[in-house]
Amino acid sequence: MADVALQPDRVGAKQPARNRSGLQRALKRKSTAAFLMTLPLIILITLLVLYPAFYSLHLATLNKSMQRFVGLGNFEFLFKRDTFWLVVKQSCIFAITAVFFKALIGFIVAHFVHNIPAKGQRKWRGMLLVPWVIPPAMSTLAWLWLFDPSYSAFNYTLSFFGIGPIPWTGDAAWARFSVILVNVWYGAPFFMIMYLASLKSVPEQLYEAAAIDGANWWQRIWYVTLPMMRNIIAITTLFSLIVTFANFDIVRILTAGGPLDHTHIFATWAFRIGIEGSDIPLGASVSLFMVPILAVAAIFILRDVNKRGNES
Amino acid sequence: MSSVTMDKAAPTRPVKYGSMSRDRTWALRWSYFFLTLFAVFSLLPPIYMLITSLKSSAEISAATNPWWVFHPTLDNYVGLLTSNQFLRFFWNSALVSIFVVTITMLISVPAAFALARMRFWGSATLATGVFLTYLIPDSLLFIPLFKVFALFGDWTGIQLINRWYVLLFIYPTLTVPFCTWIMIGYFASIPKELDEAAIIDGASWFQTLTRIFIPVALPGIIAATIFAFTVSWAQFLYPLVFTTSTDQLVLPVGIITTLIKGDVFNWGQIMTGALLGAAPPLIIYAFLMDYYIAGLTAGATKG
Repeated sequence: MADVALQPDRVGAKQPARNRSGLQRALKRKSTAAFLMTLPLIILITLLVLYPAFYSLHLATLNKSMQRFVGLGNFEFLFKRDTFWLVVKQSCIFAITAVFFKALIGFIVAHFVHNIPAKGQRKWRGMLLVPWVIPPAMSTLAWLWLFDPSYSAFNYTLSFFGIGPIPWTGDAAWARFSVILVNVWYGAPFFMIMYLASLKSVPEQLYEAAAIDGANWWQRIWYVTLPMMRNIIAITTLFSLIVTFANFDIVRILTAGGPLDHTHIFATWAFRIGIEGSDIPLGASVSLFMVPILAVAAIFILRDVNKRGNES
Repeated sequence: MSSVTMDKAAPTRPVKYGSMSRDRTWALRWSYFFLTLFAVFSLLPPIYMLITSLKSSAEISAATNPWWVFHPTLDNYVGLLTSNQFLRFFWNSALVSIFVVTITMLISVPAAFALARMRFWGSATLATGVFLTYLIPDSLLFIPLFKVFALFGDWTGIQLINRWYVLLFIYPTLTVPFCTWIMIGYFASIPKELDEAAIIDGASWFQTLTRIFIPVALPGIIAATIFAFTVSWAQFLYPLVFTTSTDQLVLPVGIITTLIKGDVFNWGQIMTGALLGAAPPLIIYAFLMDYYIAGLTAGATKG
């Protein structure tokens, strides 16, 4: 065994005519080649993800002009501000409500698509995924125009039913509703596609067995579909929770945090303070508050992904 | 006692023959009904973009029926497609996206190959790390990244902020982790015998990658390319933070910052711009839907 492993070296020594330099031999070695192949990736992640991530911890401890160390002063300042707590509350309401409705609508629509004959499914799936394909910044502009205070196409339609003009983005409660609505519109197709893929993998025999045992449609969903889809539902929900919690585009374009900061979430408020208000340390501190919830979601996703890796 | 037996004899539910198929028909009708409803909800904003883009400013401000075009006109399209500024945004977006896709594939394909096939010290940790990086959102990193690039400019004198090419450094942080991750999945599903045969025939690692892995995993590579393109085309936060001069803007930011002038919203042009901005991803999606969906589901199902 040892002889075999050593052989390449011995061959190299016996045949000086080949004249392999040490570098060339190192390049031939598997681990060196592998390391070189991953080097750009490692450099990218280290310099542009890890370094900024830790740098933001340092930034958060500086004062506004970034010349003096203030320790936890930025956090103390944030804790004393009502707007901060408003943002915390809104971020949680926004993320949880939006993810819940995305998951619910995605689940329902996936079932309807799964129900119809396989021939037509492609067409419907294609149409229903369009919201996910359009860049959110572009589609939110269309929503902004649909919600326009004086020319709203929704209010025009609703006026025929005698429903008065709704201040879609003008009133705090309605603005929150609108922001969540647009996010659900944008994100539900993703859930639909994931659930549809997972529905297709549930063996038909399970449903037949359930039908023979006299299960009604609700029992079929509760005892067959949901347990079979549990993994996908968990992963998709956690993914979406991260993305929704960190959302920026939709809120920024639709309300820019208004009216009176009542739709600000972490990302938009950090942008307002850090970039527009040029208080970079305070902005960095605000966005750092996203870390705990993201970390919890990431740990759960990682556990699920590893579990699935071991199963297969 | 007898009444109980009577009850048992008479079924509480009337038995209908052929109810199974009738139930099916009704379930199908309801499915189509709700699917139509959801499809209308999904397609409403893009259709409304199209309707508004065909209207003149006069028709929009006249507040006629918003769902119908009475005097269709292509003025908005002509106006935007002949405006140097708008074409500049489009050009910037196209350049950034094409370069980012190239950079992403050059980094992630070899890395995924190494991580999927060549076990080396720390490779498992690195694969997990790549996945975790994918979960870090842009809204967490934009402030420190902005400061990092500002400091880089101060130290080296190379000013990158407010140049469109700064995005070529930043976008890969969004695209590379995901593309590497799904490529690991695709590469891992290729049977070991294939590359063993190539190695026995004397192929180097590089030849194994280019002659065997890339052709076999082509669907995965197309899916990853589409993903990288859509992400770089749609990205909004980073260009909003890093670029401000109008000649450096990419499409989404350009439309929002230049077409909205003060409180005057030129909605016809904004909707036209938004529709033109949405067109490239939509066209790719229309032609390569299966690859698009494969890439979408691969992120969570390949592991």
